[in-house]
Amino acid sequence: MSPVSRRELLLGGAAAGAGLVIGVYASKFGSVTGFSAGHEAFSPNAYLRILPDNTVTIMVARSEMGQGVRTALPMILAEELGADWPTQVRIEQAGASTLFGDQTTGGSFSIHSLWDPMRKAGAQAREMLLAAAAQRWSVPAGECKAEKGAVSHEKSKRSATFGELADAAGRMPAPSEAPLKRPEEYKIVGTHAARLDTPSKIDGSAQFGIDVRVENMKHALLARTPTIGGKVVSFDDSDAKKVEGVRLVSKIGDSAVAVIADSVWAAMEGRRALKVTWDDGPNKNLGMAAIWDGLKQASSKKGAPLYSTGDFAKASGRMVEATYQLPLLAHAPMEPGNTTAVVQHGGCELWSPTQVPQDVRDSVAIALGLPSDKVKVNVTLLGGGFGRRLEHDYAVEAALVANSMPGTAVQTLWTREDDMQHSPYRPMSLHVMSAKLDGAGWPVAFQHKIIGPGISTQKGFPLMGGLDPDLASEAAFLYPIPNVTIEHVATETPVPLGWLRSVWGMQIGLATEAFLDEVAAAGGKDPLDLRLHLLREDREIHIGDDHWQTARLREVIKLAAEKSGWGKPLPAGVYRGIACWACFSTYSAEVVELSMEGDLPKVHRVVAAIDCGTVVNPNIVDQQMHSGVVFGMSAALRGKITIEGGRVQQANFDDYEPLRMNEFPKIEAYWVKSGEAPTGIGEPTVPPLAPALLNAMYAATKKRVRAVPVMG
Amino acid sequence: MPDFSLNVNGSDRKVSVAANTPLLWVLRDTLAMTGTKFGCGAGLCGACSVHVEGELVRSCSVAISEIGSKKVTTIEGLSADRSHPLQKAWIAEDVPQCGYCQSGQIMAAAALLAKSPSPTEEELTAGMSRNLCRCGTYDRIRKAIHRAAGQPAAANGGGAQ
Ligand code: FES
Ligand code: FES
Repeated sequence: MSPVSRRELLLGGAAAGAGLVIGVYASKFGSVTGFSAGHEAFSPNAYLRILPDNTVTIMVARSEMGQGVRTALPMILAEELGADWPTQVRIEQAGASTLFGDQTTGGSFSIHSLWDPMRKAGAQAREMLLAAAAQRWSVPAGECKAEKGAVSHEKSKRSATFGELADAAGRMPAPSEAPLKRPEEYKIVGTHAARLDTPSKIDGSAQFGIDVRVENMKHALLARTPTIGGKVVSFDDSDAKKVEGVRLVSKIGDSAVAVIADSVWAAMEGRRALKVTWDDGPNKNLGMAAIWDGLKQASSKKGAPLYSTGDFAKASGRMVEATYQLPLLAHAPMEPGNTTAVVQHGGCELWSPTQVPQDVRDSVAIALGLPSDKVKVNVTLLGGGFGRRLEHDYAVEAALVANSMPGTAVQTLWTREDDMQHSPYRPMSLHVMSAKLDGAGWPVAFQHKIIGPGISTQKGFPLMGGLDPDLASEAAFLYPIPNVTIEHVATETPVPLGWLRSVWGMQIGLATEAFLDEVAAAGGKDPLDLRLHLLREDREIHIGDDHWQTARLREVIKLAAEKSGWGKPLPAGVYRGIACWACFSTYSAEVVELSMEGDLPKVHRVVAAIDCGTVVNPNIVDQQMHSGVVFGMSAALRGKITIEGGRVQQANFDDYEPLRMNEFPKIEAYWVKSGEAPTGIGEPTVPPLAPALLNAMYAATKKRVRAVPVMG
Repeated sequence: MPDFSLNVNGSDRKVSVAANTPLLWVLRDTLAMTGTKFGCGAGLCGACSVHVEGELVRSCSVAISEIGSKKVTTIEGLSADRSHPLQKAWIAEDVPQCGYCQSGQIMAAAALLAKSPSPTEEELTAGMSRNLCRCGTYDRIRKAIHRAAGQPAAANGGGAQ
């Protein structure tokens, strides 16, 4: 769960935890970007403002990248408030602020982490509205109720809208503790509410980062070192400057040259005409053969223990072994990287599609030598994120570009080729798996050696007990096999690394769940029976900060199996595979149905089941489950970044092609009804897809495929 | 720079741009109509889809000099008030996730329905497979197109258990 814990690590603990937020009141004299209580406005906390016109504006302090936070987070607050959803509700997007704790959007953590703060913010305001009405009518507050945007007192048949009470509510003392609703009282949470952002996304009016328009703005593109770690030696801009509309050519950092122009097209033409002499740097001979060789050699080393119980070496039984191989991957969100920035009046203002507005603020401040309160970061809509926008390279770069033209707003844009070839990548990894089976064919020992470079380690984040923090928190192993060792052999690579949707869950999940299918076959067990057998007892498992319950995993497996008709006959030539995974505090299982066309699978149907606790909005959960399945399938079928001569070989959507509609299977998404607190949904359906697919391929062919992508 | 006259969403516009400028950048940078999106710049993703004389065109791959007096329709011109049957269907099915590909998806769907008002599954797939959605909204796109075409959509299963 590193993308989330990362900032806390940096800040030395939970100081930035979201739980503190409710204590922060917006000052009457304005705030960074939270609401301030103006005349007659009621703003008891930074998340909420109620105006006399009866509008309820809710601040969203996470980034909307498709996962629905601009709808689901306000629903939580509106529920406790008793607002009239969606009629009176407006939303506002928080930029980088000091009022909301850590604003990083990642780790499927937004709803999970803001469930309590948003509820408390709504409940507190509701209590103040009730108190204001009670005082006005001289009745006990306990006899009043807040519903559909109004407070009413049934006995005296009086009611007043929130707008009418706003001014008075602002004068009420803020309660230190406000009661929260019971789930059976919910009117908004749990409903299939339409997304608030949909209308703007079907008429072209939604504003993504790339759509920011500032008066007299310029557009910039950068010529980037073609090799990893290369540098600019010199450049000749005489032809570039002849392109009409090109205004400035300027070196940015060591490895890029910016062309700033009146339009994107002029910048593209200017970049084409620019001649740069590159120093190819130390990695000019780097290629995949050497990269895989390095990992293979490292596989003989002892790893750092991520999880261990019993003693694998001492356990006796029949040995099963296999090695899995996973490639580098790119995020490739549909909106390429971009940020608009202007440097003036001793400060910098940015408009960025970012998952980390506070990192942008702090890093831009350092890069430009400004105090961080002189850097204002506005968060736009994000055209997809998937972890690419947990990096803020493109925002800092845009600030540097704008700094070369002070007083002028400049939008720096990445082309698709820039994005594909100059981004951080999901690391490649090897997974050496072994298990020992008892006489009855059940596994008694399980060993998983993960070989690959750590993402957070490469970025210089502190290790947790000698372990890469991402791996330490994501190697959840919920099967209570008596002898288990999971270890990590850390390698190094010059290839820049980043967190991709579900991070190590995708890798560890694939290796574990595909290998478990091998274990089942070796022991003569049905893959579903094996999993249910291993999970037959209810256990609590504690790994890092996470508390897992085997029963919840067992139930989602059963649900996926039941809905898929596991064990029932299929049409001729159609086969099934099953896999599950628990990550980001959510439990997930999938059944893939496919047939083979030669060596290649054709996926017909995916049945996905999850347990993410309370479902705040089933409409959005359904979307995210589909999204995770498609994302997992794109990676499993075709996703692969390769490097030769120190250069990324893929460039656009022809050689890195996400799933298209003609390959899209029927997807059925099911979730468990639960009263537990809500947990992540953006990522957990990604990891089970690939192993379920590999397992179905085995069912079809009786041959194991141990490397992805399966299309080579 | 040479001058070009073009008709976008029913209004005549004059622009001064290089003759090889793709229509996409004329729309976005010169005319500040940002609903049409840049995804790949190479005709691979469909995010930049518009209609030229009713035909589906990738605006990243056609130069302004090729447009002449032909009528260009962008997402902003599909309707004035989100009243196009596809826009209504898109809202009813709550299709978009990040939304970045959706202008292109809707323009591709509109071109499809103009040719096949009641598309078969195969026609629908063929008409929509050149538009990428990295968020995976394909299922709802299918449903929305069927809805706009007045066709009953097959139920998928799924939901709370
Ligand atoms: S931007 Fe035109 S097809 Fe991708
Ligand atoms: S909705 Fe995000 S790319 Fe389609």
